[in-house]
Amino acid sequence: MEFAELIKTPRVDGVVLHRPFMPTVEGTLCLTGHHLILSSRQDNTEELWLLHSNIDSIEKRFVGSLGSIIVKCKDLRVIQLDIPGMEECLNIASSIEALSTLDSISLMYPFFYRPMFEVIEDGWNSFLPQDAFKDLESMVWTDEWRLSEVNKDFSVCPSYPPLVAVPKDIDDDSLKKVATFRHGGRFPVLSYYHKKNGMVMMRAGQPLTGTNGRRCKEDEKLINATLRPGKRGYIIDTRTINVAQQAKARGGGFESEGNYPQWRRIHKAIERSNVLQESLIKLVEACNDQSHSMDRWLSKLEASNWQTHVKEVLTTACLAAQCIDREGASVLVHGTEGTDSTLLVTSLAQIILDPACRTIKGFQNLVEREWLQAGHPFQQRCAQSAYSNSKPRLEAPVFLLFLDGVWQILRQFPCSFEFTESLLVLLFEHAYASQFGTFLGNSAAGRAKLSLPEKTVSLWSWVNRPQELERLTNPLYEANSLVIWPSVAPQSLLLWEGVFLRWNRSSKSLDEAYDEMVHIIEYNKELQNKVNTLRRQLAQLETEDPLLHTP
Amino acid sequence: MEHIRTPKVEKVRLLDRSSGQRKVSIGTLYLSATHTIFVENNPETRKETWVLHSMVSSVERPPTTPAGSQLILRCKDFRVFQILIPQERDCLDVHASLVRLSRPEKYSELYCLSFNPNANKEERQESWSFIDLMADYKRMGVPNNLWVSTAANSEYRVCDTYPSELFVPRSATPATIVGSSRFRSRGRFPALSYFHQDTLAAVCRCSQPLSGFSGRCQEDEVMLQAVMKSNPGSDFIYVVDTRPKVTHQHTQTHCSTITGSDTDTTCVCVCVQLNAMANRAAGKGYENEDHYTNIKLQFIGIENIHVMRSSQQKIIDVGEMRSPSMTDFLWGLENSGWLKHIKAILDAGVFITRAVADEGVSVLVHCSDGWDRTAQACSVASILLDPFYRTIKGLTVLIERDWVSFGHKFSHRYSHLDGDPKEVSPVIDQFLECVWQLSEQFPCAFEFNERFLIAIHTHVYSCQYGTFLGNCQKERRDMRLRERSHSVWPQLWKDRAEFTNPLYKAELSQSQGILRPNTTPYCFKMWKGLYNHVEKSTPPRQSPADFLSAVREESQQLEEELTNHQEVPPGGTAHHHPGSRQEDRSSDREANHLGEHRGSEEDSPPAV
Repeated sequence: MEFAELIKTPRVDGVVLHRPFMPTVEGTLCLTGHHLILSSRQDNTEELWLLHSNIDSIEKRFVGSLGSIIVKCKDLRVIQLDIPGMEECLNIASSIEALSTLDSISLMYPFFYRPMFEVIEDGWNSFLPQDAFKDLESMVWTDEWRLSEVNKDFSVCPSYPPLVAVPKDIDDDSLKKVATFRHGGRFPVLSYYHKKNGMVMMRAGQPLTGTNGRRCKEDEKLINATLRPGKRGYIIDTRTINVAQQAKARGGGFESEGNYPQWRRIHKAIERSNVLQESLIKLVEACNDQSHSMDRWLSKLEASNWQTHVKEVLTTACLAAQCIDREGASVLVHGTEGTDSTLLVTSLAQIILDPACRTIKGFQNLVEREWLQAGHPFQQRCAQSAYSNSKPRLEAPVFLLFLDGVWQILRQFPCSFEFTESLLVLLFEHAYASQFGTFLGNSAAGRAKLSLPEKTVSLWSWVNRPQELERLTNPLYEANSLVIWPSVAPQSLLLWEGVFLRWNRSSKSLDEAYDEMVHIIEYNKELQNKVNTLRRQLAQLETEDPLLHTP
Repeated sequence: MEHIRTPKVEKVRLLDRSSGQRKVSIGTLYLSATHTIFVENNPETRKETWVLHSMVSSVERPPTTPAGSQLILRCKDFRVFQILIPQERDCLDVHASLVRLSRPEKYSELYCLSFNPNANKEERQESWSFIDLMADYKRMGVPNNLWVSTAANSEYRVCDTYPSELFVPRSATPATIVGSSRFRSRGRFPALSYFHQDTLAAVCRCSQPLSGFSGRCQEDEVMLQAVMKSNPGSDFIYVVDTRPKVTHQHTQTHCSTITGSDTDTTCVCVCVQLNAMANRAAGKGYENEDHYTNIKLQFIGIENIHVMRSSQQKIIDVGEMRSPSMTDFLWGLENSGWLKHIKAILDAGVFITRAVADEGVSVLVHCSDGWDRTAQACSVASILLDPFYRTIKGLTVLIERDWVSFGHKFSHRYSHLDGDPKEVSPVIDQFLECVWQLSEQFPCAFEFNERFLIAIHTHVYSCQYGTFLGNCQKERRDMRLRERSHSVWPQLWKDRAEFTNPLYKAELSQSQGILRPNTTPYCFKMWKGLYNHVEKSTPPRQSPADFLSAVREESQQLEEELTNHQEVPPGGTAHHHPGSRQEDRSSDREANHLGEHRGSEEDSPPAV
């Protein structure tokens, strides 16, 4: 298929662009296969390059022969294009609609994008599965855990990566059996190893016990292998007990006390994806209506339930972290599929527990390991954002909820993260629309099939350049090896302004404050260097010139 | 001392509910003339908790439990202490004593008048001259050919709640002033609050006119005309009535928005009466635009002190909720109406600021008596208009002018004495919160930090200093407060290092000129620092501000060391703390004692 077929009108002159915080621009609108471009042809800075894949929905309005297209983006920005001529406007609108809803992944922009920057470190090689648990190898690792290639052709579990960490005593044949007992073949695998006390966090899909209470000895053996003698573990089920009970009728279920006597099961409900999607839509709608009175704003914010979901996921992540760090117990986390709420809990728990995840590289590693490799279906979940008009099917802001959770912890511990909010915003944007191939596909298998490393550029190649790293580095960062316990009290959880109010309120004064903060710290470093040089010189002079010692 | 029945009770359990502690400490409770003191038994820490009697807002006695009798102490700074006393008799005694001690009947019982600090007379006198309001008027260019000082009220005869020194339009004769004052509630005639040199427009304040339905007063009309004439750039003035024009009675039905429709909240508004109209019937009201030429009347809609009092109680309750759900919290926040009121006050300030700075039109602000909502609106406007009031010194000057000197009824509003509970209202709390909300939007624009605002809040209630005692200047003069007590401001100034915002930068655009805040509802947050003492730092939780303050302090020391080595980096002094000039005198001495513990005199332990 040629893009040209979809572009009814490639160019319109005299188009006026309105966008947040920027002066109105008049210029020429061009449509290409992947971009909507507006250029004033005077000044390069007054240009708009918008990926079609960033467009969530559009609205048309007509006043006389002047048409307007309201473009609502997945990054929550809303822009308006005033187009002279009704026919042009309709053509542009239908072209945008067609181009922004292409079905075929291989037509996406990352397959056409050529980097304009020098790739210093190829991001596709930055976080290889075999390296994921590398630092553990020096530990008890080899005694208790091993890397298994049982899934190397994705046949045991289509949503798992080719390499997974499992208890050493469990052989690949057992893993295959366990896979048939777990939803989507997602047998329990290692998610996190707590060096401090050797406790682990595992994740899986729900056990397929069904109504007749099917059991699987290998499954019991697998998870029991992670327990110390005489110790109990915790199973955190991200569904209510009722939902878990109902799942039995559809072949799912949960670990019964009888078959898993060494495990205590805790049900902590995290809403399912379609509920989250509706919540996001309501939240963004509330944020965009500036005419609200205080009462109406607060009641809309409340009714959206978004903040409730943030509290829910952080509470459950804290619980998992508590079991591991405070109780000294191992934890298994699962919901139904084990690809959404499960990952929210395991990844946020690691932010709390593991200082490495709070570094720039470590956080990328976490996203790669616990989201991309772990089989979160990005392509499906991020197909539409908050302005989608269609009824959500598979779309859900699960990853955005994760980023929001990280932001809340970062805001409470502003000195404990090597990165700033900017990295989180950047990941949000790229998960929904990107020139990079990182978030394409729904699983490692899908990505392998698309040959992404060969055909596209990795987002990490872009992020891990000195200029970009400098932009993302938190000047307040002071590495600390502690577990950080966020407050989940409602008063402590704020609306993430950097994403949800980003296009509604100017951040100028906050940006100034950030610059000032950087300035204070850099000035201090500069002084320290100078003083140190002087001290050295002085010390040198004192040894060279004994006269200095006489008063 | 006659009120203390039992000065000491042992084996008392104390829980500081507001600090988020879950652990009860056991110790001894002492009652002194001024404080309730709790000393922990733990020999290692022997932690002391001091609660000033004047900070106690209520003492509750819940039903006795098998473990003993309970007392709940609620403080005016929103701390809550739960005390468990083994013997019921002791508990009754402590309760009776505290109830009496926390509700003094006479000014002489108050801490600042009963307690003699060991400072000498000169120091005391000096403390009162710390703020010179005339110097501030001079700073804004007053007096000039538009605004002049009037001696009309020098003996508080025209208006006993006004200060003795006031500025009025040049063309306003004493007869006009006196005539106008007779037509205004409590004699509070139009006087200058702030003069904006850039546009020559002014912010003036007064109380409501005693117009009734048809009354008029020629002198008052002349007075308003004079206000207008004192602004050569404009041919009208705004009269801002900060009260709501219409009192709505809301019957709200809350339905959840499961359907996602727009009719989730049914709001039945019954217009019961005109608030200002009710005042008209009582012979008061607002200016009749037919009688006054060249005025534009503007209603703002800040609610009265009774609404504010109950609203604050609700937000305190929200802060005290135990493990609330997000829904409980947000619903509680909405239901309290608190942020809505804060927004209304800020909106009033924004309106005045736009009129004065953008349109160059003078504004006359009033409410009913002109000492609550008027003080809020005028002082918020000053903060927005003039960067000086965003400094530590400037804020103290502003509070001294628009609140203390203009007769805000501190003793009534903050119940310094046992009195009419209907007079109590968190009026200045709201002003301080407006400033806090602004500082959240403009992190570099304010020289002070949140701690400064909270310290002022505490002292407004604590009566440790004479500054906020009484209800007007005349009352303070009659009480001879300057001879009997100290001013709070020099004390706060002394601790300014602790109150300094490290991000404050006078040269930044947000710190200069007019502040233009966004007052969309989503820009307002609950002020956790004031209402929610829970979750004070558990390591490694850090405040970036404290971190930056430490970095800046270190930079300063490094600068000094460099100076000592006779090498100043280019632009090195640009980052001095404001006020560091005073410290420069001693920099040589200090540089030689780097790392030594400073200010040891101030660390002396408190005497019981």
